[in-house]
Amino acid sequence: MSGLPQTADYVRILPELVLSIFGIVVMLLEPLFDERRSQRTLGSIALIGSLVAIMASVFQAQNPGFAFWNMVRVDGFSVFFHVLVTTIAAVVILTSYEYMSVQRIRAGEYYGLILFGTVGMCLMSSAVELVLIFIALEISSISTYILAGFRRREAASSEASLKYFLLGSFATAFFLYGVALMFGATGSTNIDKISPALEQSTVPPLAYLAVALMFVGLGFKVASAPFHIWTPDVYEGAPAPIVGFMSTAPKAAAFAVLLRILFEANAPGRFWLIWFSAVLSMCLGNLGALVQTNVKRLLAYSSIAHAGYLLVAFAAAPEVGVSAAMFYTAAYAAMNVGAFAVISHFANAGEKYVTLDDYAGLGRRSPVLAATLTIFLLSLIGIPATGGFFAKFYVFSAALKADLVGLTIIGVINSAVAAYYYLRIIVVMYMRESREEIPVRGIPLGLGTALVVSLAATIYLGVLPGRVLDYALASANQLMQTPASAAAATVNPGR
Amino acid sequence: MLHLALFSIFGAICVAGAVNVLIQRHPINSALSLIAVLASLAVEYLLLGAEFLAAVQVIVYAGAIMVLFVFTIMLLNAGEEERTRGSRVAIVFGIPGMLVGGILVAWALLRYSGTGPVSVGVLPGPPNTIAQLLFHDFLLPFEVTSLLILIAIMGAVVLARGEETPRPATKEQG
Repeated sequence: MSGLPQTADYVRILPELVLSIFGIVVMLLEPLFDERRSQRTLGSIALIGSLVAIMASVFQAQNPGFAFWNMVRVDGFSVFFHVLVTTIAAVVILTSYEYMSVQRIRAGEYYGLILFGTVGMCLMSSAVELVLIFIALEISSISTYILAGFRRREAASSEASLKYFLLGSFATAFFLYGVALMFGATGSTNIDKISPALEQSTVPPLAYLAVALMFVGLGFKVASAPFHIWTPDVYEGAPAPIVGFMSTAPKAAAFAVLLRILFEANAPGRFWLIWFSAVLSMCLGNLGALVQTNVKRLLAYSSIAHAGYLLVAFAAAPEVGVSAAMFYTAAYAAMNVGAFAVISHFANAGEKYVTLDDYAGLGRRSPVLAATLTIFLLSLIGIPATGGFFAKFYVFSAALKADLVGLTIIGVINSAVAAYYYLRIIVVMYMRESREEIPVRGIPLGLGTALVVSLAATIYLGVLPGRVLDYALASANQLMQTPASAAAATVNPGR
Repeated sequence: MLHLALFSIFGAICVAGAVNVLIQRHPINSALSLIAVLASLAVEYLLLGAEFLAAVQVIVYAGAIMVLFVFTIMLLNAGEEERTRGSRVAIVFGIPGMLVGGILVAWALLRYSGTGPVSVGVLPGPPNTIAQLLFHDFLLPFEVTSLLILIAIMGAVVLARGEETPRPATKEQG
């Protein structure tokens, strides 16, 4: 096992390499451009970088296996999350073009940080070594802390960045302590070596504590209750496209880590942890959202609730649960990134127009965008023919298959409650008198493309969910297999 | 037995030092307390068999990084020097604590000195084993850390740049 890394090793971290190189190129070119023109050029370079990374992830799927001495495992599961996270990054970069020039924010580091953060999220989904997962988690977290504070002229943005940083570091410390205890309990930090150690007849009590602590750390990253307190303030202060980014991409990656730790490593005592966190997230998220008047805060509470629905899938049987959770992250990413793209367009300079009253009459004055936002909101409710419907459907049917009737009933009641506040936005847009003083601009190309992509994904997942679900199910089965056979088996990438 | 006694004593010193870092009002006192934490951590490493790590801990953390800490504190607090008689915590807890600690160590050494040598743990101790782990088995995390540091530097630059607004754009728009 000694020697230098082989070509196959590098292929298995190819998307990460591509993203890092493009991130560095963006940084190096930034001082060469005039400030006004740098925006579009650097954004385009970052966009090309993320598109190449998507291609690299798909290419990588033909070459599954371990790399760098059991640090990274490329399988259907990791490829799914690689494609998801890099696509989110590409769409967010498209959304940011207009936003950055309207808000007059300097571009250079912004695009670089999005790319570097995506590297961390990609590594999180493919790493099978807790030490590497920790470093990847830090890369993704630290870049989002900084991105949250990019509206330098607003106090709320600095507040968001600082709050996120302090609480986030605290949560990461919990995760690290869990990793240390897991090493103490099993003698390894590699997920594939932990799982046989945990399958023995007596599980060391330390392992329960380790799983609980790691769950605290990751629960913070996915904004599930009771670790959700930071979410509304941070989402309110951070730039709107970045909220779209950090409510989907790091969340998807953290859910990927959680799936790997809980299921691949077969973590003990996970059921009640998940059960309580899921119920709390759904109830607190939806109740909190009912009284919000700021659209960004409203969607922040909604994202807590959606983390709760996702955790319901975690409580279900492994294969079905994992595939339902994978489908849910994809559907949620499509609709939430789209919704925040519309919000970032309506917000205007200084993000002045983000309250519910500002959305009055937009149905008449900006019909296309209002209709698009309506579709995303309907998808967030879970209306049939949108991605949100099948996402919820698969999660709840997975829960029913595992005889979790109570959890399913709580979930369904919660999604009924949630319909109220999403519909309220739609009602305000179409049925209230318009306030003419709010400027309405045309849709620029970048934003238009971003909206078309997220709209297409939302509707595709709502009309033809079969292909994505089959792929998710195949890779979930692969994830459950023993490491030795999984390395040999291949899964056909969905295309 | 001596091993366990020493390990517990230095563990307790480490925790007490860490608490003291938090409760001290003056940053210099906290920094000095941090030295105690790092030094006792080095002893713990030594007791676990990681002798190379223990040496590195003393040289890099207790030495180099602490000097940086103290320099930073002195630069930030420049001009507000004041004469103190030492912290009250040091008088109330510190000096008796040091006495108790010294007595405990001496007692442990005397009590268990006949029971055989202090065994070291099973962790990879010698430098060549650590090098093998760091530059072979854990090569990828080691390299990825450089990206983490790069992001941290970028963050410091972005957040410290101040409130300067892009002038040309402002003029054109206004």
